Order: sequence, then C-alpha cells, then structure tokens
Amino acid sequence: MATSTLASASRRRAAAPARRPLGLVPTGVLLLGAIYCLFPVSWVVVAATKTPGELFSTGTFALGTGLFDNLADLAAYRDGVFGLWMLNTLLYAGGGALLSTAVSAVSGYTLAKYRFAGRDLIFNLLIGGILVPAVVLAIPQYLLFSKIGLADTYWSVLLPQILHPYSIYLARVYATAAIPDSLLEAARIDGASHLTVLRRVALPLMAPGMVTIFLFQFVAIWNNFLLPFIMLGDDTKFPLTVGLFTMLNAGANNPSLYNLILAGTFVALIPLVALFLTMQRFWRTDLSSGAVKA
Amino acid sequence: MRMNRLAAAALAAALVTGCASGAQDSAAPADTAAPAGNVKLTFWNWVPGMDKVVAVWNKANPAIQVVSSTQAGGDDAATKFLTAAKAGNPPDLMQAEYQALPSFVAADAVADIKAAAEPVRREFGEGVWGLVTLGTDGVYAVPQDSGPMMFYYRADLFEKYGIEVPKTWQEYAEAARTVREKDPKVFLGTFSSKDPGSFAGLAQQAGAQWWSISGEAWKVAVNDEPTRRMAEFWGGLVKEGVVDTMPYFTPEWNKALNDGKLLTWPSAVWAPGPLASNAPKAKGKWAVAPLPQWNAGENHTGFWGGSAVAVAAASKHKEAAAKFATWLNTDPEALTLLVKEGAIYPAATKGTALLTEPPAYFSNVPGFYEQAAAHTAGARGFTYGPNVNVAYNAFRDAFDKAAADKSSFVDALVKVHDATVADMTKSGFQLAR
Repeated sequence: MATSTLASASRRRAAAPARRPLGLVPTGVLLLGAIYCLFPVSWVVVAATKTPGELFSTGTFALGTGLFDNLADLAAYRDGVFGLWMLNTLLYAGGGALLSTAVSAVSGYTLAKYRFAGRDLIFNLLIGGILVPAVVLAIPQYLLFSKIGLADTYWSVLLPQILHPYSIYLARVYATAAIPDSLLEAARIDGASHLTVLRRVALPLMAPGMVTIFLFQFVAIWNNFLLPFIMLGDDTKFPLTVGLFTMLNAGANNPSLYNLILAGTFVALIPLVALFLTMQRFWRTDLSSGAVKA
Repeated sequence: MRMNRLAAAALAAALVTGCASGAQDSAAPADTAAPAGNVKLTFWNWVPGMDKVVAVWNKANPAIQVVSSTQAGGDDAATKFLTAAKAGNPPDLMQAEYQALPSFVAADAVADIKAAAEPVRREFGEGVWGLVTLGTDGVYAVPQDSGPMMFYYRADLFEKYGIEVPKTWQEYAEAARTVREKDPKVFLGTFSSKDPGSFAGLAQQAGAQWWSISGEAWKVAVNDEPTRRMAEFWGGLVKEGVVDTMPYFTPEWNKALNDGKLLTWPSAVWAPGPLASNAPKAKGKWAVAPLPQWNAGENHTGFWGGSAVAVAAASKHKEAAAKFATWLNTDPEALTLLVKEGAIYPAATKGTALLTEPPAYFSNVPGFYEQAAAHTAGARGFTYGPNVNVAYNAFRDAFDKAAADKSSFVDALVKVHDATVADMTKSGFQLAR
C-alpha cells in the first residue's frame, strides 16, 4: 500500500515536468490565433493613416502622415453622408440586436420551461433554421418585402434579423441551466402571474446570456452586407457596409477613394471595439455563472 | 427563370421585327395622364456629384422632383436593378453601362423611350446612338458618357529608354522587347485577364463584331478573325515574357505605375481619374497618343466603359423620367455640371466642346480632349449582346488560366465563345448558324 502510494507519488512527480512544456502549447496556439485575427485589423489601422500617395509606395506597416486629412475628407465626402451611414448602422445593429435579444430570451425561456403541444416540433424547426444560411434567404425575403411594399425601408433590414434561430437556441440552453425549476415553482406558489415570473425571476437570471446574444447579434448585423445591399435602394438608408461598398465600386472612370474607404473602415471598427471593451465584464459574469451551474 | 427565358425569346423576336415599342408604350399614357402635380422620380447612378446636377433640375421643375441615389457601380448595380425590376419596384431611372443595357431590354426591365429621345438623336454620334438602340427601331436609354480608347505612356521614361511611341502593334511588340533588354525589372505593358471591358475595346479596334443580328436570329462571333488576331498577338507577347500579366486596378499595378515599372496603359479617356489617385507621384509625366494600329496609317479605336440613362419599364412616370434623362444628357447646363462634378466624358457631341482644360493630371498635355475627340471619330461600331456578363465571366476564367500558364490565348477565346453561345441557347435565343 505504502509502496504503491510512493510509486504513484513519484510517478506524479515525474509527470509534472513533462506537463509543463505542454502547458505552453495552448498559450502558443492561442497567441498564433490572436495574431492571425489581429493582423488584418492592425493593417487597417496603419493603412488608414496613409495619404493616397503613401498607400502604394511605403512599407506595409510604415505609419503614414495623412490620418487626420483622411478623416476630414471622409467627413466631408458627399456632405457628410458617412455620418448618416454610421447612424443608420447603429440603428440597425442596436435596434435589431435589442429586439432580437428580447424575442430570443422570451422564446428560449418558454421553450425551456413550459410544456405545451408542439414544443419539440417548434424547437426542431428552429434547430433546422440554424442550418439555413441567412444569405440564402436574402433574395426570397426581398421579393416578399417588395410584395408587401416594405422594400427599401428601415423595417426591411430590421425585421428579417429579429428572429434568429441560433439566438433562441442559445437562450433556451441558457434558461435550462440558469433558472432552477424550484425557483419558478416558489414564485407561482406565491401567486406570481406568468408575466411576473418572467419579468422578476426568469429575465434577471438570464441577463448574462442575453448580453451574449445581444453582442452576437450586434456584431452580425453590424457586419451584414448582403441583406441591406439587396433591400435598400435609397443611399440615405444605407448602413456602413453597403455605403463603403459604393465608395469602393464607384466605377473605373472615377478616382479611387482607397484612403477614404480605409479611414471609413477604421472608424467603423471603433464602436465594435468600444462595445466589446465595455461589455467585457458581463461576459466574465456569463462565463463564471455558466461554470457554476454546470 | 422561365419568365426570363420567355422575355429573352421575345427580345430576339422584337429585335428582328422592330416592333419592340408597341405593347409597353400603349400603357404609358394612361399612367402619365395622372396630374402632373407631385411626380417623384428615383434615379440610381454612380456619378459623383449627381445630386448637384439633380438639384438644378429640381429647382427648374417643381412638378417633377428627382431623387438621386448613389449605388455601387458596374455589374453589381446591373444585377441589383434586374432583381428590383423582377420584384416590381425598380427605380424610375437607372444608369446602365452600354454592355448591360441589352440584358435589361431582354428582361423587359427598361422602357422604349423613343418618343422623348428621338428629338435629341442628332446630339449624339452614330456609334454611341447604336449602343442605345441596339440596332432596332426602339430607343432604350439616353447616352451619358463614353470611353474612347487611347494610348497612355510615360513620356519621361520613353525618352530614358530611347523608345519611339509605337504607331502599330508590331512596333509595340518591338518596343516591349527593347524595354526588357534595357531594364529587366521594367515592362512596357501588361495584359489584364481581369478586365474584359479593356479586351473588348481592343477587339473593337481590331474590327470585331461579337454580336450581331442576322435575319431572324442572333449571330455570335466572339472568336471572329479580328479578335483571334488580337488574342494571338497578346498571347504571343505573354508567352515570350515581354509583357507582364498583372491585372489593372490592383495594388501591385498601382505600385508598378508609381515606381515607373510599367510604362504604358492602353486605356479610355477616363484614365486620368484612376491614374491621378493610384499613381499621384507620376503626375505630369504621362502623355497620350492614338492606340497603336493593326495596319500603318489607319485611325481606329474602340470603347472601354461608358453608360446611358434608362427608364424602368415598371416606372409610373415614364414620360417624366424620359424627359429628365434627355435633359440630363443634352442640356448645356447639366452637361457642364456633369463634366465638372462627375468628371465624365459626355457622349453628346456638344458636351465634348465643354472640355477645354485638360485634366489636372495631364496639365502637360494641353490638347488632351481635342485628341480624345479626334480618336472618337475613329471608333468602330459595335453591338453588345444580351449576355455580356456571361461572356465577361467566361473571359476572366479562361484568360486568367491562359495568362498564368502562358498557354494559347486563341484556345481561351474559343472557350469564351462557346460559353457565350451555350448560355444564349439555354436562355432560348434563336441563334444563326
């Protein structure tokens, strides 16, 4: 008995140094991943500082001298249409993500905590919906919206992005794990209505999960190109993605606007970075609470 | 898809019988009979500063207000317009590149505006007018700008390497070899497999007729003799390694222009725009000459780019829209603004007279636009077919590969031809054998 404990202890001691180099491997892989992800972003930041003359003649990562000129030109481009696109994008991404989060949270909670006829069918359909890429739906959605006269309106971009199967799935999984049935029962025994239970018990518990859904949807809508590109014809309703694309494809016979486009891309990154930095603490809560419940 | 095929077949028939105007226009008067009070027209285009031109019209025509909406140019705009037309809510007015217009007509997406456009016919050259009639009795758009091709070269470096401006393509090939001998890092020119528009322009110069109407049907000849000759010429230079194969409008191309590693660009009259923004360092060093010719003493050129303004078939105010389209492209005040704000090269003949100053980038070439006008006179007529996008995509696929492998350009051309014919057959067009 004693020998075996000793043996296992010595084995453990022998294994420990062997594990240490392995411990560096995940860090290395993650570092590589971080560089892979940050490299294009850092290029945008550097390229946004270059004047048109410097863009193709100086080193790739040599800082240019034209950042403020570029930003000023961008603000002046077509009487400040870029600012309008920025506001539009905030509306689409902010409004869309908020509505989507609300719908997802309520649906996820219902699917997780209520038993009703057709629940599994609905859930399976939603799971199936995850498999259908949004890109495939853009043209049919455009034809439908044209039929009801909503094409080329703010709603045509907002509505299709509100119902998001993956977010509902996430909300359901989160609600299952985060809301104990006993708590709901206690609330009901105390005489709380369905709506009160939802508002006072379920949603507060689901808040970290909702932040996750909000962030996912916000980023997805912020970066969405095809849906607004197809839906919108009026350039005062464009989001940044479509607006920048019109600047990029201004026709071969026009002077290209690379420096403005790069400055615009740079500016478009800032709200996303700011959002992630401010929302980070909610993510941390999210991860830890998930760990506790599991 | 089925509707599209029917429309395609209908176009072939309409083109032949020349009665395309009939059915659609009979509905128009009823629509436009509505009180002329508050007509609001939407106009998709990608001309910089178009809102300023539109503002002039809106001030003078309170009854017909136009809203200009800037779109991404080129193929994307054409696809978007066709989708919108199919969904039933296209803009009233649409900027259409000449090569895209036949596909709009085939899809029944644009209206015949002959009644409004015929009176201004004499404002345009025959070649440009043919691009909006497609050789029929109808008029499907009002020409806006055109892109006659010219030969741009670095005057300072030509002097440095001791090269004469080539007058024929044979001399061009000789010059290309000389440049390689003098400095192996420098190329005289490059063949871009990504720009079918440029290839089409050079083919027009050689005398190509890719599409034409023969009796009752379309005739397709993408691999006709002039195009084959031209493809063989460039294929030979690429194989020999005396011209580069980097595509136009890429970062490496910009860099080569900036660094003086690329000496020429056979391009259109709008070239000063991209040159000014992509190669600002070389300002004042470029000069312009006629395209090299296939036979000494000739004066032919082709068109690269250019567009017209069409009226959507589904527009509720076709008459008003056509009125605006003709005003936009023939009125002196509108043309002056288009030239100043949009930097376009107007298709209207009197528009070219407005261009007295050379573009800033070519301030060293005082007679820039006089030269351009002289070249336009030597442009050969050309008819685009209803599936230019298919032909152009096939061009990119086949010539990308041929340029990379340095394989036969004539074989690549045959592939483009076959793909174009196959697509037209599939779409239900009648083809002449």
